Amino acid sequence: MSTPFFQFDIGLDLFPMLAATLAAVGCGLLGNFLVLRKLSLMGDAISHSVLPGLVIAFLIASTRSPLVMFLGAAIAGVTTVLLVELVKKYARVEPGAAMGVVFSALFALGVLLIERAAVRHIDLDADCVLHGQLETLVWYGAPQKLSELIQFSNLSEVPRQIYVLLSMVVAAFIFVGVFFKELRIAAFDPALSTTQGFNATLLHYLLMIFVSAATVASFEAVGSILVIAMLICPAATARLMTDRLHTQIAMSVVVSIICGIGGYVAATAVPAVFGKDAVNAAGSMSVVAGLILAIAIIGAPKHGLITRIIRRKKLALRIAIDDVLATLYRAEESGQNVTIRSLKQMLIGRSVDSAIAASVRKKMLLQDQSQLSLTQSGRDTASAIVRKHRLWEYYLVENAGFAPDHVHDTAEQLEHLKTQPPAGPSTDPHGKSIP
Amino acid sequence: MPSASEILQTLTFQSGYNTNLVILGTTLLGLAAGIIGVFALLRKRSLMTDALSHATLPGITVAFLVSTALGVNSKSLPLLLFGAAASGIIGVLCIQAILRFSRLREDAAIGIVLSVFFGAGIVGLSYIQANAASGSAGLNKFIYGQAATMQPPDVLLMGGIAVAAMLATFLFLKEFALVCFNDSFAQVDGWPVSVIDLVMMGLVVLVTVAGLQAVGLILVVAMLIIPAVAARLWTDRLLQLVIIAGLIGAGSGYLGSVISALLPRKPAGAVIVLTCSGIFLFSMIAAPSRGIISATWRRIRLRLQIEADHLFEHAHENAKFVITQVELKELSQFRAWSPAFRWVLIRSILSEGQVVRVSEGFELTRAGANRGAQVSRNHALWEQYLMSYADVAPSHVDWSVDQVEHVLSQELVSELERTLSSRGIMIPQPNESSV
Repeated sequence: MSTPFFQFDIGLDLFPMLAATLAAVGCGLLGNFLVLRKLSLMGDAISHSVLPGLVIAFLIASTRSPLVMFLGAAIAGVTTVLLVELVKKYARVEPGAAMGVVFSALFALGVLLIERAAVRHIDLDADCVLHGQLETLVWYGAPQKLSELIQFSNLSEVPRQIYVLLSMVVAAFIFVGVFFKELRIAAFDPALSTTQGFNATLLHYLLMIFVSAATVASFEAVGSILVIAMLICPAATARLMTDRLHTQIAMSVVVSIICGIGGYVAATAVPAVFGKDAVNAAGSMSVVAGLILAIAIIGAPKHGLITRIIRRKKLALRIAIDDVLATLYRAEESGQNVTIRSLKQMLIGRSVDSAIAASVRKKMLLQDQSQLSLTQSGRDTASAIVRKHRLWEYYLVENAGFAPDHVHDTAEQLEHLKTQPPAGPSTDPHGKSIP
Repeated sequence: MPSASEILQTLTFQSGYNTNLVILGTTLLGLAAGIIGVFALLRKRSLMTDALSHATLPGITVAFLVSTALGVNSKSLPLLLFGAAASGIIGVLCIQAILRFSRLREDAAIGIVLSVFFGAGIVGLSYIQANAASGSAGLNKFIYGQAATMQPPDVLLMGGIAVAAMLATFLFLKEFALVCFNDSFAQVDGWPVSVIDLVMMGLVVLVTVAGLQAVGLILVVAMLIIPAVAARLWTDRLLQLVIIAGLIGAGSGYLGSVISALLPRKPAGAVIVLTCSGIFLFSMIAAPSRGIISATWRRIRLRLQIEADHLFEHAHENAKFVITQVELKELSQFRAWSPAFRWVLIRSILSEGQVVRVSEGFELTRAGANRGAQVSRNHALWEQYLMSYADVAPSHVDWSVDQVEHVLSQELVSELERTLSSRGIMIPQPNESSV
C-alpha cells in the first residue's frame, strides 16, 4: 500500500468486505440467544466440532455443495449437544468440562480428517479453518465505476460464498422473526415455555442447528475464530447497553456490521499508517469486536463501569449528607456543640468534607469557621431522617423481634432508603421522641 | 504403513535419540496435564483453561516481534513461551475483570477472551508473515503442534516444566484438595486460599505453555480436561482420581506420539488428543458403576424388580395363584411391557423360583406369593404413613406409593410398623396364611 489511507477498491474489497459483514451479522443475530441463555460456550463448542461433520460430509459426497455441508454441520451440531448431555449424565461433571471433552475430541478428529482430505487434493486446510480465506474472494477485472457495477450481468460474478452467507443471514432473520416470542420465553424461562405448550428443548436444538449452519457458512470466508467472536461479542456488547430484547438484537446487528466493515478497513488501514502490509482481516474483526465491547464495559449508559462508579459516589455523598444533618439534629436535641472535627470523628469512613460543602451549597447548613448549625430547611430534612431512623427502630423491635439494643445499626442503614417505614407511636424503643 | 518390527521398536524406545526424547517428553507432559487437569476440573475451570491456551497466541507473536526488534534470537523457545505465559495470564485476568466489572456471565467472558485474544494472535501472525524479514515459519507450529519436529532442548524444557508442575502438585496435594472441595472452610480455617488458588492456576499455565509445541494451543486444553473427566468415571476418591488421570494422560501422550512418529504426516497433537478421547470413550462405556454398560444394566435390573413386584402384587390383591396367559397379556398392556421385556421378566422370575410353568399359565410358588404379600404390605404401610403423618389426601397417595413401595428397606418397614402401631393406627396384616 503506497497510500497511507484506506482506499476502497471494488475488485479487491467489495466481496471480502461483504462476506465478512454478512458472516458477522448472521452470527451476531443468533448470538443474542446464546448469551442470554448462558450458552455462549455452546457456540464455541459447536464452531469447533462442526469441523469433522464438514469434512466427513465432504469425503462422502466429494462435493462442496452448500447443502451437503449444511447437512454435515447440522448433524455435527446436534451430535455435539447430545454428546455433551451424555458426558454430563454419566461422568457427572459440570457442563463446561463436558463441552471441553466433546469439542476438543471432535476438533482433533476434524484436524486429522482434514489431513486425509488434503491428501486427496481437496483444498481444505487446517489453518484456513481458523482464520478463513477472505483473499480468495477478490474479483478480478471488476468494474471501477458504480454505474457499471449495478448490472444484472454482474450477478454471475458474485462468488458462491456470498450467496451462501446471504441465504444464511436471511434464514437466521426469518428464524428469529418467526420464533421471536418462543425464543424470548425460552431465553428467560425455559420451564414456562414448556408449560405453555412450546417445547424449549426442541427450540434449543433448532437454535443449535442454526448456529451450526451459521458456523459453516462463515467458515470458508472468515474462519471459526471470528464465528466465536461474532456469536458472543456483539450480543454481549448490546446486553450491556440495554435491558430490552428488541433493542438488544437491533444493537447487536449494528455492532456486527461495524465489526465487519471496521475490522476489514482496520486490517489494511492501520498497518498502512506505519507503512506495513495488511494483516488478517478476520483476526482484526475480532479485535475490533473486543475493543467495542471494552468501550461498552467502561462507558455503557446504565451498566457501564463509569456510570456505576458515579452512581456509587452519588449514593455515598447522599448518605454522608444524611448522616451529617442527622448528627447535627441529634446534637441540637441534646444541646451539644458539634465542630467539624468532632463530626469527622463520629462519621469515620464518610466523606464529611464534601457532605458539608454540599449541604452548605444547598443552604441546609451554616458554617461559621469550625462551628456548624442547621438552617430551617436543613432541620426539616434532618428531622425527616431521624424520624425514619426511629420509626424503623420501633418497627424492628415490635415486628421483627429485635432486641432494643441491637436495632441501631440496622436502622442506620434503613434510614437512607427512600421507602417510608410503617407508622408508629411518638417515641422510639429508647424513649426518644419521634419527630 | 510401518512394519511390525518398526512399531515395536518405536514402542520400546529403540528408534533413535530424537524420537525417544519426543515420546518421553509427551508422556511426561500427558502425566503432568492429567494430574493438574483434575484440579482445574474440580475448581470448575475447564473452559477457562481453553481461554487461557487460546490467549497465549498474541504473547507468542509479541515476544517474536520484540526479540526481533532487540536483535535477540527470535526463535528462542524460552522467550516465546514466556510471552505465551504472560499473555495467557493477562487473558485470565481479563476474564476476572469482565466478571467483576460488568454484568456479563462467565460463559460470555470466557468466549470473549478466547476469541478476541486469538483474533489478536492471528493479526500478529499475519503481520509477521507479511512484514517480518525472517518470516514466521516457526510460529504456526504453536497452533496445531508439531511434536515430531521438536529438538532435544525443546523437549527437555517441556519435560522439565512438566516434572516441576507434577512435583508441586504432590507437594501441595492437601492444600489443593481443601480449596477444591470447600474453599470457604479453608478460608475460615486460616489457609491462604487465594495464594493456593493462584498456585493451582499457575501450574495450569505452566502445563499449557509446556504443551503448546507438542499438541498446539487449540488442543492442549484436551490434555487437561479429558483425562480428568475420564478418571472421574472410574473413582470418587481424590488420590485415585489424580493417579488415574495422570496415567490416562501419560498413556495417551505415549501412544499418541508413538503413532505420530510412525506416521509422520499425521498431525501429532490431533493424534494424541484422539488417543486420549479413545481412552475416554472406553471409560465412559465400560467404567464400573458409572459407565454406560453398568448403569444400563443397573437400570434394567431395577425395572425388572419393580415390574415383577407389580406382577406379584397384582396376583396377591386379586387372590390369584395362577396367572393365565390372557391375564398376563392384559397386565402387559396396562404396565406397558413390550413382548421382549415380558419374556425377560418371566425368565427372571422363573429362574428365581417364584413362579412355575403350568398348563394355563404360571403358578406362584410360596416364594412368589410371599413376595406379593410383602409388596402389598409395604404399599399399605407407606400409604398409612403418608396419610397419618404427611397430610396427603387418601385419594392422592396411591400413585406416589406405587413408586416407593419397591425401595422400602427392611429397617424402614420395621420402623413404620413400630411408629404406626404405637400411635394405634391399624397395620394391614399380611395374609400369608391364606397361601
